Amino acid sequence: MAQKYLGQAIKRTEDPKLVSGLGHFVDDIKLPDLHNVCFVRSIHAHARIRGVDTSLAAALPGVVKVFTGEDCRGIGSIPCASSLQGLKVPHHPVLARNKVRYVGEPIVAVVADSLYRARDAAEAVSVDYEPLPAVVDPEQAAAPNSTFVHEEFSDNVAYVWSLVGGDVDQAFKDADRVIKQRMIHQRLVPAAMEPRGVIARFLPGEKELTLWSSTQIPHLMRTQVAIMLGLFENRVRVIAPEVGGGFGSKLNVYGEEALLGFISMQLQKPVKWIETRRENFTATIQGRGQVGDVEIAVKSDGRVLGIRYTVLADLGAYLQLLTPAIPTLTGLMLTGAYRIPNVRMDVTGVFTNKVATDAYRGAGRPEATYIIERAMDLAALEFDLDPVDVRRVNLVSKREFPYATATGLSYDSGNYEAPLKKALKISQYPRWRRHQVKERKKGRYVGVGVSTYVEICALGPSPAMPAGGWESATVRIEPTGKITILTGVSPHGQGQETSFAQIAADMLGVALEDVLVLHGDTGVVQYGIGTFGSRATAVGGTAVYGAIQKILKKGMLLAAHLLGVSRREVQFRDGKFFLKNDPTKSISLQDLALASYTARKLPPDFEPGLAAIYFYEPTNFTFPFGTHVCVVEVARETGTIKILQYVAVDDCGTIVNPLLVEGQIHGGVVQALGQAFMEEAVYDEIGQLITGEFTDYAIPRAGDVPWMQLDRTETPSPVNPLGIKGVGEAGTIGATPALVNAVVDALRPFGVRHVDMPLRPEKIWKLMQKETS
Amino acid sequence: MEITLTINDRTFKADVEPRLLLVHFIRENACLTGTHIGCETTTCGACTILLDGKAVKSCTLLAVQARGKRLTTVEGLMKNGRLHPIQEAFWEEHGLQCGYCTPGMIMAAYHLLQENPNPSDEQIRRGLEGNLCRCTGYQNIVKAIQSAAAKLA
Repeated sequence: MAQKYLGQAIKRTEDPKLVSGLGHFVDDIKLPDLHNVCFVRSIHAHARIRGVDTSLAAALPGVVKVFTGEDCRGIGSIPCASSLQGLKVPHHPVLARNKVRYVGEPIVAVVADSLYRARDAAEAVSVDYEPLPAVVDPEQAAAPNSTFVHEEFSDNVAYVWSLVGGDVDQAFKDADRVIKQRMIHQRLVPAAMEPRGVIARFLPGEKELTLWSSTQIPHLMRTQVAIMLGLFENRVRVIAPEVGGGFGSKLNVYGEEALLGFISMQLQKPVKWIETRRENFTATIQGRGQVGDVEIAVKSDGRVLGIRYTVLADLGAYLQLLTPAIPTLTGLMLTGAYRIPNVRMDVTGVFTNKVATDAYRGAGRPEATYIIERAMDLAALEFDLDPVDVRRVNLVSKREFPYATATGLSYDSGNYEAPLKKALKISQYPRWRRHQVKERKKGRYVGVGVSTYVEICALGPSPAMPAGGWESATVRIEPTGKITILTGVSPHGQGQETSFAQIAADMLGVALEDVLVLHGDTGVVQYGIGTFGSRATAVGGTAVYGAIQKILKKGMLLAAHLLGVSRREVQFRDGKFFLKNDPTKSISLQDLALASYTARKLPPDFEPGLAAIYFYEPTNFTFPFGTHVCVVEVARETGTIKILQYVAVDDCGTIVNPLLVEGQIHGGVVQALGQAFMEEAVYDEIGQLITGEFTDYAIPRAGDVPWMQLDRTETPSPVNPLGIKGVGEAGTIGATPALVNAVVDALRPFGVRHVDMPLRPEKIWKLMQKETS
Repeated sequence: MEITLTINDRTFKADVEPRLLLVHFIRENACLTGTHIGCETTTCGACTILLDGKAVKSCTLLAVQARGKRLTTVEGLMKNGRLHPIQEAFWEEHGLQCGYCTPGMIMAAYHLLQENPNPSDEQIRRGLEGNLCRCTGYQNIVKAIQSAAAKLA
């Protein structure tokens, strides 16, 4: 394969329309007679609904119909795809009846001929609530005397799940020291810049329901909505147009999607709902939400013999698509990049009167990395060792791959020392350590944080996934020689329209402009899984690769026939099939494609046309890794944190487009910074979300963010032929502990060994009010 | 209420409810959907446009407040089928991923560069205080604005 485009920083083909304002997001789609839907949502975290009065609303001008839970009894439960043993799955209605279980839970849907009139009507609905005690804190939820979120269950425990590897009790007996720490992974709001939105149009003649939805998983949604509405799946079409960010929050099937379809069928009108930002905060899934106790068994040289993690997972009131599965990913990655032979994790998932948690960028793995990377620093502190040395003692060495972890995974390939070395060199780590000592003497508090992470990507082998982990691609060489790729992934900012075109253009020896990548429309694209879990390029890109291999194989047969030779005498390179012995005798891909469609001279039993479909099933996950180094200075007077340097050296396997990889790292690191320093979904004691808008919930702004110095190493994955590992979540996974480790390190003179996120100035300032040691 | 205003050199006349938000007028009446809505609370900046040459957030202005004014939206930057240097720079520097905040970012950048044709890194970051992006981590947006400044110089 020629390497004209692969590995190059190619400008995205997606961008001209987006920078000119000509892309189409859900809210930009215009349909005749389109009506608007607005929701009345619960103002209580937990309440009995004594009655709903919609009469005033229904009488307002422009109002077509008002739907309550009673009207929607025929719609199936909002699905949970996770199937852990013993999991309690409560019924999850699209509109609440009798009871509401979180602030933001939809109760009534109002349909009117304009957005303003729909909003007026929603305000005119009155709901008679009988407030009940709210279960807010997960520890309170797990207590025996707690109120039940779901009366039909005898407690608030949705499931208990354990992972055991090695002999963890023995490890703790053999340890020189046991280090314990409680760690909190606060709830986060994904806050994609485009809120969710759905347009539903039922065509009674064609009996076809089309949903335009801001989603990461159009095909899975089609299947689930068809089930919820009792429709034939092939009569439902889901289109994900431009999608304005997801970060996991759109890796879901929400009630609004089925409900809008239902309303459109009832009214025989197209209907639209666009989430407000307030709804996005209260009623779209949140991330993280773990409160856990970590224990590590350590030898005095820093070797970690074992790790235990006992954790409560704050699931929220209902189970969304993957809610219970997220904490299990934490378990799988708990031993990090280290040779830790003994592990135990015990998760108790509890219901609370809050919106569900589910996948948010990293989904369970940032928690794992945070735990183990914080634990490495705690071990260093305990024995007064350099945190880098503690890591070096424990890192899996490059000779050990594939490496079998105590958690049951097989790390595909790695050279963990390489990015560590590079990151230390770029950051001039020893210099910062010397600087730190000098500054402390002057009453200035500098801290250095390191994180040597490994993550799990390219989700994943189907037996380990709730709904298939393969991915699909159709590649068509059109009669004029243009290339069309239909991919089952559903990019929403990651740039696969460009990176897949790069793969195809090099493999087929054509110009990048000749390749068009289509996605996100179940009426156009074969079944696919979607975009999440850093899987799109590693799994979806490999499917493109596989389809092109099939086309080339078929092309060889036809070329041999047209050139009048045997198959073995033909080769393909740079867009031409030619004779091995006489390259002047050739046929271009374009001419061959035309010949395959005009079909006048085909070999016997040869199917006309030049297209192939390929479903790629990965044999393993991939495991990218890297080292992040962060240097901060904490101001004694104010507790504010200034980042003096941020270095990220990541290894995500073979790189298709460095521009896209760097963009993913930048964005991920900044989301990690949000979690580490700023963001928290704060609920008060009655379950009101008091950080329910961008005015109260701080996501990083340009001025909060340091200049990031990026570098990389490139260790191909043996799992797929292109060697790609994936990079979508690396930043959020690798960066959070580097940031927190740096601040805790800066606070060492104040006797601080751990601070829970977010590290807001007030918290830091209080810790610095003690005398220095 | 009767209003007349100019968007991207085209005149629009309409009878609107006094409460109609300017961003809805732009998106629904003028059918210019490049201006996005991200919060309706003046915090995210996705709806940033130019009103008489100044960057404003169109989600918290009423359409009637724009009566008689000249507006520019992201669609108005392209001239003769060519991207504006700021748009070009966002493309070249990979200053966008999902593209939802991008029109607002570009309009904010436009205003910023008019006020200060040669801004420092810090001045750019301060100038973008009112615009949120969840994808890029801002680094390439800052680079894009620096590059646009050089192009426009």
